[in-house]
Amino acid sequence: MPSIEINGRVLEAQEGEMLLGALKRAGVHVPTLCHVPGLSPSGACRLCSVEVEGMRNLVPSCAYPVQDGMKVKTHSPRAVRARKTIVELLLANHPDDCNYCVRNNNCELQTLAGELGVRLHRYGAYDKGYHLDLSSPALVRDPGKCILCGRCVRVCEEVQSVACIDFVNRGSQSIVSTAFNQGLNISSCVNCGQCIMVCPTGALREQSHVKNVVAALEDPNKIVVVQHAPAVSVSLADEFGLKPGEDIVGRMTAALRRLGFKYVFPTSFSADLTIMEEASELAHRIANGGVLPMMTSCSPGWIRFVEQFFPDRIPNLSTCKSPQQMLGAIVKSHFAEKNGLSPKDIYSVSLMPCTAKKMEAARPEMIHDGVADIDAVLTTREAARLIRRFGVDLLHVDPEPADAPFGQRSTAGKLFGGSGGVMEAALRTAHYLLTGKDLERLEFDALRGLDGFKQTSVEIAGKRIGVAVVNGLKNARTLLEELREGRDDLHFVEVMTCPGGCVGGGGQPHDTDRDVISARMQKLYQIDASEALRLSHRNPDIQRLYEDFLGAPLSERSHHLLHTHYSRRSVVA
Amino acid sequence: MSSIAIEASHQDLLRQLLSQPFETARKHEMMQQWRREQTLRPTLYLGAGTCGLGAGAARTLEAVQAYLKTHGIEAELLSVGCIGLCVEEPLLDVALPGRTRLSFRKVTEDRVPEVLDGVFDAGPMAPEAFCQFRQENATPWEAVPFIDEHPFFAPQTRWVLANCGHIDPSRIEEYIARGGYFSLVKALATMDSATVCDTIEKSGLRGRGGGGFPTGRKWKLALATPSDEKYMICNADEGDPGAFMDRAVIEGDPHRLLEGLALAAYAIGAQHAYVYIRAEYPLAITRLYEAIEQAHALGLLGENIMGSGWNLEIKVKKGAGAFVCGEETALMHSIEGKRGMPRPRPPFPSTSGLFGKPTAINNVETLANVPAIVLNGADWFSSLGTASSKGTKVFALSGKVSRTGLVEVAMGTPLRDIIFAIGGGIPDGRKYKAVQIGGPSGGCIPEAELDIDIDYESLKRAGAMMGSGGLVVMDDKNCMVDVAKYFMGFIQRESCGKCIPCREGTLRLLQILERISSGRQSEHGNDALDRFRGVMYLNRLASVIQDTSLCGLGQTAPNPVLSTLRHFRHEYEDHIYNRHCEAGVCTELLEYSIITDKCVGCTLCAKQCPTGAIIGSPRSPHYVVNEKCIRCGSCVTACRYDAVVAQ
Repeated sequence: MPSIEINGRVLEAQEGEMLLGALKRAGVHVPTLCHVPGLSPSGACRLCSVEVEGMRNLVPSCAYPVQDGMKVKTHSPRAVRARKTIVELLLANHPDDCNYCVRNNNCELQTLAGELGVRLHRYGAYDKGYHLDLSSPALVRDPGKCILCGRCVRVCEEVQSVACIDFVNRGSQSIVSTAFNQGLNISSCVNCGQCIMVCPTGALREQSHVKNVVAALEDPNKIVVVQHAPAVSVSLADEFGLKPGEDIVGRMTAALRRLGFKYVFPTSFSADLTIMEEASELAHRIANGGVLPMMTSCSPGWIRFVEQFFPDRIPNLSTCKSPQQMLGAIVKSHFAEKNGLSPKDIYSVSLMPCTAKKMEAARPEMIHDGVADIDAVLTTREAARLIRRFGVDLLHVDPEPADAPFGQRSTAGKLFGGSGGVMEAALRTAHYLLTGKDLERLEFDALRGLDGFKQTSVEIAGKRIGVAVVNGLKNARTLLEELREGRDDLHFVEVMTCPGGCVGGGGQPHDTDRDVISARMQKLYQIDASEALRLSHRNPDIQRLYEDFLGAPLSERSHHLLHTHYSRRSVVA
Repeated sequence: MSSIAIEASHQDLLRQLLSQPFETARKHEMMQQWRREQTLRPTLYLGAGTCGLGAGAARTLEAVQAYLKTHGIEAELLSVGCIGLCVEEPLLDVALPGRTRLSFRKVTEDRVPEVLDGVFDAGPMAPEAFCQFRQENATPWEAVPFIDEHPFFAPQTRWVLANCGHIDPSRIEEYIARGGYFSLVKALATMDSATVCDTIEKSGLRGRGGGGFPTGRKWKLALATPSDEKYMICNADEGDPGAFMDRAVIEGDPHRLLEGLALAAYAIGAQHAYVYIRAEYPLAITRLYEAIEQAHALGLLGENIMGSGWNLEIKVKKGAGAFVCGEETALMHSIEGKRGMPRPRPPFPSTSGLFGKPTAINNVETLANVPAIVLNGADWFSSLGTASSKGTKVFALSGKVSRTGLVEVAMGTPLRDIIFAIGGGIPDGRKYKAVQIGGPSGGCIPEAELDIDIDYESLKRAGAMMGSGGLVVMDDKNCMVDVAKYFMGFIQRESCGKCIPCREGTLRLLQILERISSGRQSEHGNDALDRFRGVMYLNRLASVIQDTSLCGLGQTAPNPVLSTLRHFRHEYEDHIYNRHCEAGVCTELLEYSIITDKCVGCTLCAKQCPTGAIIGSPRSPHYVVNEKCIRCGSCVTACRYDAVVAQ
């Protein structure tokens, strides 16, 4: 094991690790702007530069492997001055509009400038005349605020294998942009928002729907209905200073009512509905020789990925709408009818851990006769902003239950929030549909956890069903390529666009890292383990909905309201 | 241009000759013929490298063809590479049977008849005849000096450029006849990879692309990394302003590069090699393709080369003109089809390079040195040069010097000799100010340090660097702040944009320099304050850029500023404090005035002035109102009495 000296103290480092990791363990904070754990080191920002004895220049600790006997000074005057100069150079180009920025008080550049004591606009400003890219339904790109750290570029390529953005132009004219500098809407962007998650500044952000929602809440003629995705209640707490993974569903429901939302429904309810439809579809495909493996369709980024990159796999996608859209459709049909409302009087909002849901809600298939299933989608971040704006002290409201008639959910529906959850929930119900009996043990350990690629096989009614669970589109691409090469042991595949599933979604709070994602996921498993209603088909609200309105899974009414279709999409790339 | 296919009858003979010891093969009649030691018919050599073509060689070629046709002369007309004396292009050489080869300079198309009349019709010798080659068994021309007496050629040692301008670059026969490919054959037959590495290491050859890393050691590192696949890359992405050495080598002697590249690939155990060449070199690219095809035809490339069991494929990869792609990791990214951006090292290319495989990258000139070292031995090479730098170095001499061109001198040659002896000093009676060496990464060397003996270390001590070998000479009409500004502008455009200090820092350095050389009239608000503030930050900014940039481009980016500041601080101070540019280059700092004694009041200047900045009545002296003047200079041009001066 190499032993290194950091600021005069000796530390045992690990063979082959980068210096930055060793520094972190030694309790030394060296700032970074381009580093993302798990992605290839880029060495672009130079902020982690430290002084290493015997080296002519400062070395970037994120990209420099430890060597036995190396002596490192992390905060020598030379290193600190270099860091400060670099931040000053960045700020020279950066718009001085922190007060107006969505990332104010949550910006890595701003924090760094504070830490390094930047108090002077040392180098002159230079207006590069960049324009906002507002073309995407889900994301906003602001090249003026971009510091070209390249994190988004690497996430898009290395995690999602989408690579819709890259560096263009040279020198001081460099920007991160799409192919041919066209709008994001016609690029191969799948709207996953993982770029926002890694962006250190306000250069990437969601298309905000806050304004529209506030307007609807203020409109006396609108009944504003809100649903919240399973991952939101275990993530929102982070924004209010609680430890990651805390479930605040009751308090959140209460807070949402105080904001003026008339009805609050958990999307986990319609996740149960999705399971009823999807498990039935799977059973139907298996029984009737349909296209296999069937692939889940809850994750809109993944849908777009297939439509763009693997259109030949469209028949494999389940025709089920996502839970968000199913609940939207039910609210504007059955619910409206039952309450004597016109669908046009209902304003349907969803709280999602996701940016792609904004794009999904705007898909033409999701809008009928000018009435959209969902009118506005708020990310977890936007939901927090909204709650703050209305002065609701989320931590000090008393928990309240969700509204009837869609207020009950099974823990299977709640599991949707993590990678593997849809599969687990679907298998529980599929087993019942095919055998008439419930599984003895409901947990599928092989399908749980943060791994990007999980698989197992299950025996149902004497038939071995091969299943795979994938999160992160790069892993999805790998699987699709395996299928293209002839892999044929799979019947059902769950794909989530984001690493870890929705708990790691692109609409989540900015400090989401692997540990945080894991904590949220564990919370979902805990909820599943601690409650009695664990099967979608046992959800009384679901059963009633079928009795009163839908009839049976895959019925004509289901097809009309709960299923959709996909089409090949050509993009500029 | 001759056809690229090798005559079928030559192919077998060439193979046979290559399998003999060089000295034996050398004596073969055909080899002598290919060396053009005996010519049966007149041979004309036209310098048709890019430099020659730029000077009009293509039109000269047509004129020569027409002349030969109308006079019914049966002669061989060759388009050869550049012999180095670019200032005298187009160069046309004529060798009559039994007579020495005679060189004519500046043979533009209109001069062709007179020049050739003097040779073929025994007319008076045209004044363009400036030297002749020294040849045994050939009658020399009277009153024409020999090439080795010419001040441009005499001090040079031409090893890398030995064949440039002498042989037909499109014929492999001529290269082989001068010893070409015998090194490769020798190495394959008698040396293993490690021995080749040893020989090169012992010879003291260092990278000619700028860094000066010992070539043999670089190869050993790549050789020592076990891998199923390795790559050898030739870096021909010659991007320094004022550098054209690599282009000349490839255009004039492409097989020398291929042989060097093949030897290098053999030395590191690679079976795939790339030549990464800038697309702006179309002629060089054509020559490379031709040469690769011919070498393939003779079995010098491809599978089982000369029966050794070793294979080598050479691919040509055209760069899209990014300066940063000369940096090795950016270059590899570019070959891989990615954006040319450097990545941090380690891992070094010798362990993880192209496509993640062990890779060695060498510059064209480095590789062109290799065949002769393998053939003649390490001691032969290391006998020339200084303690730390062996062999020769090719320089591209340009700027304010009488004889511009391509120069190859022994390491250790005094810099003064290159500029004043070979280059012929500064033209127009002006005064030497500095020579810029090493391109954007290099620096400027003033008169006081001109006596250094050129090698890697001495240049570094003088605040410059060897770089790839561009030498741009400047006289007292050049402004050093302007020079620094030019290079910062170049770097600022050509930075890849990846790391912050290089991308943002060079832009700010450029802005500071622009402010130094800006006049008061273009200042607003706090600009004057910012101008001084910029000066205060100049050093700090430069040192952070050097200290923290990712690749060599950024780490050396402030050099043009720092070196001009070091040697020409007074010029900076003159600009900053007095807003005065001694050389008169920074137009914004010029002040126009009219000498009342000279002005006759003709009103011409006032009529020409676009801003009405000149006032005065007819027949009485005029005046310039400086606040209105935009420094366009039309008054100076208009005045017939030299009464308007700009200072």
